[in-house]
Formats: sequence, C-alpha cells, structure tokens
Amino acid sequence: MKKKVSLELGSGGKLMRDFIAQHIVKNFKNPLLDELSDSAHLPHQIAFTTDSYVVDPIFFSGGDIGTLCINGTVNDLVVSGAEPKYISLSLIIEEGLSWDELEKILKSIRKASKKAGVEIATGDTKVVRRGQCDKIYINTSGVGRVLAKPSISKIKPGDKLILTGTLGEHSLAVMLARGDFGLESTAKSDCAPLNFLLPLWRKGTLWMRDITRGGLATVLCELAERIPYSLLIEEDKIPLSRSVRGATELLGIDPLFLAGEGRAVLIVPGKKANDILAEIKKDSLGKKAEIIGLVEDKIGKPGELLLETFSGGLRLLEPLTSELLPRIC
Amino acid sequence: MRELRDKKVIKSLLTEIEKRTQALSSPVRIMEVCGTHTMTVHKFGLKNMLAKAAVEMISGPGCPVCITPNEIHEVAIELVTKKKNLILTTFGDMTRVPTQKGSLQTVVPAIGSLIKIVYSPEESLEMARSNPEKSVVFFGVGFETTIPAIAFTVKKAFEEGLSNYAILSAFWLIPPPLKAIANAKEVAIDGFLYPGHVSAIIGEKPYQFIPREYGIPGAITGFEPSDILLGVLSILEQIKEGKAAVSNEYARVVRPSGNPKALALMSEILETKNSHWRGLGLIPRSGLKLKKKYSSFDAEVKFNLKIKEGSGDLPGCRCGEVLCGIVSPPECPLFAEKCNPGFPYGPCMVSFEGACFVHYKYSRN
Amino acid sequence: MCLGIPAKVIQIEESKIGKVDYLGTKIKTNLTLLEDAHVGDWVIVHAGFAISKLNEEEAKETFSLLREMVDKQDAE
Repeated sequence: MKKKVSLELGSGGKLMRDFIAQHIVKNFKNPLLDELSDSAHLPHQIAFTTDSYVVDPIFFSGGDIGTLCINGTVNDLVVSGAEPKYISLSLIIEEGLSWDELEKILKSIRKASKKAGVEIATGDTKVVRRGQCDKIYINTSGVGRVLAKPSISKIKPGDKLILTGTLGEHSLAVMLARGDFGLESTAKSDCAPLNFLLPLWRKGTLWMRDITRGGLATVLCELAERIPYSLLIEEDKIPLSRSVRGATELLGIDPLFLAGEGRAVLIVPGKKANDILAEIKKDSLGKKAEIIGLVEDKIGKPGELLLETFSGGLRLLEPLTSELLPRIC
Repeated sequence: MRELRDKKVIKSLLTEIEKRTQALSSPVRIMEVCGTHTMTVHKFGLKNMLAKAAVEMISGPGCPVCITPNEIHEVAIELVTKKKNLILTTFGDMTRVPTQKGSLQTVVPAIGSLIKIVYSPEESLEMARSNPEKSVVFFGVGFETTIPAIAFTVKKAFEEGLSNYAILSAFWLIPPPLKAIANAKEVAIDGFLYPGHVSAIIGEKPYQFIPREYGIPGAITGFEPSDILLGVLSILEQIKEGKAAVSNEYARVVRPSGNPKALALMSEILETKNSHWRGLGLIPRSGLKLKKKYSSFDAEVKFNLKIKEGSGDLPGCRCGEVLCGIVSPPECPLFAEKCNPGFPYGPCMVSFEGACFVHYKYSRN
Repeated sequence: MCLGIPAKVIQIEESKIGKVDYLGTKIKTNLTLLEDAHVGDWVIVHAGFAISKLNEEEAKETFSLLREMVDKQDAE
C-alpha cells in the first residue's frame, strides 16, 4: 500500500516532530530554521513568524477563527522576545460561505489587530470549490521588532516557573462548539494577545512560551530536553477554572495536555520571581498567574519534567504523543 | 472529592499502612486488578509512596484496551481503511493502540469513511440515526462496567430497526482471569484490590472464591487516592488477623449484589464465550458475544470479518507471568527486542502504565 | 477505562435520558440502568451511563473516618 499522509502528522505529536526533523529541517537546512523557535530572528532586529488556522468549527465561545489568527501569530512573536508590528493575512474560502460569517470574521480580525497593536500590511484572498476546504482557512505571518533574545543557556537551578493563567479553556470551548460528547458548560476560549508580557523581557525573564497544542506538559517537556536540569511543578499551584476541572474529570482528560490561546509559561530568576509575578497580576489577563514550580538539580534526572501531585507523590510527565481533539487552531 | 486527594489525608493513611507493614518480615505485594486503579496509582504518584511503606503495587490485567488482542485492533483498522462510507466510533484510548498496520490515529480512512471518538456509546447510536446512508460501527471494548451501556445500544437498535448500526465487540469479564492468576504455580500476590466500578455492576459475590479457594485477602475500592490506600489498609488488616475476605471499601457505590438491572440487560443480549486475552491466552468463559437474535448487529457477522484468535500472539511472550509478578520484564526474551512501545506484543507493553512499558521507558540504561 | 465520576442528576426525561452536573459542567446521561433515579440524586457516571447511585450515608462515613484518622495522628 502506498504511504499516505494521516491526520496524525499534523497533530503536534511525535510523528509531527519526526517529520519536521527529517523532512523540513534536513531539506531546508540553515541556521535560522535550525533553532525551531516560535519566530526567526532575522538581521536588523527583525522577528518573523507564520501560522495557519483551520479550526473547526470557525466560531466558538470567546472567539472565532479571526481572533485566533491574529492572537496566535502575535503570541508567537511575544514569546520569542519581539514586539509584534505587522501581519499578513491570507484567506482561503470555500465557495458558499455566508457573507455574514465572513464579515463577522473580518470584524474579529480588525478588533484583535487593534487590541494587539498590529497592522495588516498585506494579504491575499482565494476561493476554492465546495468541499476543497472547510468554510475558511486563514494563514497569517507576523513581523516584529526584537527586544530580547531568550537565553536557555542562562537557565539554572532555583529559577522559577510562572504560569500566567488557567489552563485548557480554548480546547474546551472548541470541544463545546463542536457539540461533542453531549457536554454543556459556560467555558470560554482564553484567546487573547500576550503583549502585556513584553516588558517582562527587560525585567530578567529568561524564557517564555505560549501554551498551545500539547498543553503545559508538552511545552515544558520540550524545554526540559534542552537544559541540563529537571523541572518540577506542583499540581496544587496550577490554576484551573471550575469548568475545565469539571469537564476534564468527566471525560478523563488531563488538563495539563490541553491547549490555550492566551496563556504563557515563563522562566525567571528565583530572586526576581515575586516581582515579576506581581507585574503579571496587574494585567487583567494575568490575574490568576502563579509560581508553579522551579528548575531543579536534585530531584529527577536532567531533561525530566516532574509533577508533585495533589497527594504529595511524584509523577514523570511525558510530551503528548497524539492529539485527541482535532483542529483546535 | 478533593479531601480524598489531600496531602494530609494521604500522609495519615501512609502512616497507618507503615505501622502495619513494620510488623511484617517482607514487603507486601498487592495487585490492583483494574486499569483505572493503575491510572490513579500512576497519576497521583502513589507507587513510590507505597513502596517506601513496604507495599509493592503490581498492575493486573484490568485494562480492556491493552488486553484486546492485536488481531481485533487490526480488523477494526482494515474495516475503516477498506470500506467506504463507514463511520467507526470508539473510545479515545482505543485509537492509540499500535499494530503492524498502524493505529486508528495514524491510518487514513477509505473515501467517505471516518473515525470518530465518542464519550458515550449512545453517541454512536445517534450517529447511525442521523447518517442513514452510512454504516456506523461502534468498536466497543470493555469490562462489566462498560458492557451494559454497549448492550443497551444494541437493544435500542434492534427495537428501532436501525439496520445501519453494528458493534465490533471485545467484551471481557474480570473474575475468570483472576482465577487464572490465582491458579498460577508461583503466585506471589498477597492481596487483590478489586475494581470498584466493575463491582458496582457485578457486586461482591463473584470474588468470594478467591479468599475461599486460594486464601488471598482482597478489598473492593474506589478510584481516589484515599480509596486505594483504604483498600491497602484493609488487606493489611486481613493479613494481620490471618484471615482472607472480600471487604467492601467502596460501599458508597458498590452494593453487595451489584446492579441487577445492568446484569439482566447483559444476560438478555449477550452470552459467554471462551476468549483469547492478549498475553494471557485462551481463558474459558472469559468473554461475551451477542446472542443469535442480535447477530445482525454484530460487525463480525455483518461484514464477514475474519478474526483469527491468537494469531497476533508471539511465542515467548511472558506477559502472563509479568502480570502475576512471577518474572520481571527483562526476563522475557522479547522484551525491548521484538516487543517495544512502538510495536507491542503483550498488554504490559501497550499500556502507558504497563509494567513492561514503564520498565522500557525508565529503567533501561 | 472504567472511569466513573460522581455527579448530580439535574434533569430526567421520560425516556430515562437525563442530565447530570459536575462542578458546573453538565453532560447528557442515560439513567436506564438504575432501578429508580430522581432529580437531586448523586450517581456514578461511566461512558454516558449512570451505573450506580451514590449512598450519601456511606460517603459521609468514609469522609469522617478519614478526618478522625488525621485528627488522631495530629494529636499524637
């Protein structure tokens, strides 16, 4: 049988990581791509990133594909140390999409760009036959001004991990909008721009990542693999909304692996942690922020992500191997 | 609920457990029969805490996803990749199991077909009602906890004449493999934690032969960390008093006679059969199949599927002995060579919490 | 796989299909397998089906047993 591309390839799991390593990095080898960071830092302090949005359904509580396509790209720039400036907007529309829906999405894009302080600098529109795409797909690229270079090599034991808010609301909101599992909840997507974190680069933040596909656990596992220490997080410090706790326990899903679209995790020097936390809490998007753990050299082996559970036990966390919820961004 | 996970409560329970194990000469080995117990033990990090209190937890055969043999998973994959306009529904865990043909998450369905994860078997029924032009097959696995729910969908489909609905079933019963484990020559198990939700259906009686015939203590327990530890405590009490019983530490959910309505539904729709468990082999009367009256809802009959029972087993697999705590994973000749997480043979390598998987991942140099 | 969550019944229709609430999240639940179920009952929900009614007296007993144990050890 001929090998075919399966949905799994795009799931953010192991298959996708292998594909990127063996087919993308290998074929297009260059120092910028080798970094595999959220955005590439080009000469003249320019940061550059791109992302495609295929969320199904296109409208959900707390946002839509329009909000998502701006905030997602803006956040990739913020967490790589750059101030977002310009966005390109490329629309691929299925014939038959209602004008009302299209206008609603464009309005969301306008509002989200204004809020994130970015301008749509260029764009493109294509329409394909019915069935050749699902309602609308959007690609955005983002250009920003580099403010800081994240420095993984400076991370050392005793540095603290700060989570800027509750986990999993975006995943849950999309699941609810799909009408899956007979579930009802008031959960809303956390989709939001993370610009308020930009000043923290000057306050000594060493590393930052937005928590998207794969959730907090996957994001931190990927970091742990790149440093000579382990990371220890405490389950009872991790903020969760009542609705995410309810839905995840009912469905037997671990919220540590659920995606958000407006949350980040930061590594900051131990001594500066309280000041930086206070700074984050000043913003309405960071009210629920918490110090959730630290960089360790005594517990666990280098490269491991450990969780101290509610009950006081230790558990090793592994990156997400495959996604259970299709097309959430 | 949160109280049952609280650090302070857990610490107290562990102190009580330690008080009792101190009086014993060797560590106590307890098998948690149920995969969901294994999940609690793993998720809350209880295994190491209990080890420090001289209690070794051994994972039993109670993960239905893992003990469903390779050949059944492959038949499900065949069905959805070859047959057009078919919706294969199943529980999330089932989609991850790797086979030589890939997993339900990595394969590409035939044109017009798709794989859909459901929470409730009723969602599959609903899908059959709203997609009359497609065949809907629920790939349903489970123990006594889940079987009544799936049986209900068949009864409903029969009543409604919903001819585009069928189930591909892998139904497993808990007491028969317990007998097989207790019968093993060198049983190294001092107590059983019986599965709380299976017991909610079948009650206390089906386990009574274990203390009676084998003299092994046991406790029915729930799924919060405190529940598990209360079960362990009850087993230690039985050991101390030199007796063996089936104590019910989950009385808030489990009635002595189980759930009569669910049991009646099961016997109305299903009958026992000899079943082949992954790694454990053929166990008499350990499975269930649809009665003849309902065979038109049996995907095996409807699509003429050929499941060659036992064909996926590899000679040399010692999972059965690993499950019984007789050998450790590296003592199996297949371990890490022919059997690994990417291509598992035995159930202990399929499950994320299986003894072989854990050993492969964390204990090899 | 045998995951079951205690949730409160908030709605039952004639067909024995109902809804339960857990921490504010509501989920469609089939109550056919119970002899009798009423709005306000706590049930164990597994794969969209209520498989058992929660005995609140027994639950309270477990809680108080645990509390006593913690208190006793604190006192020691």
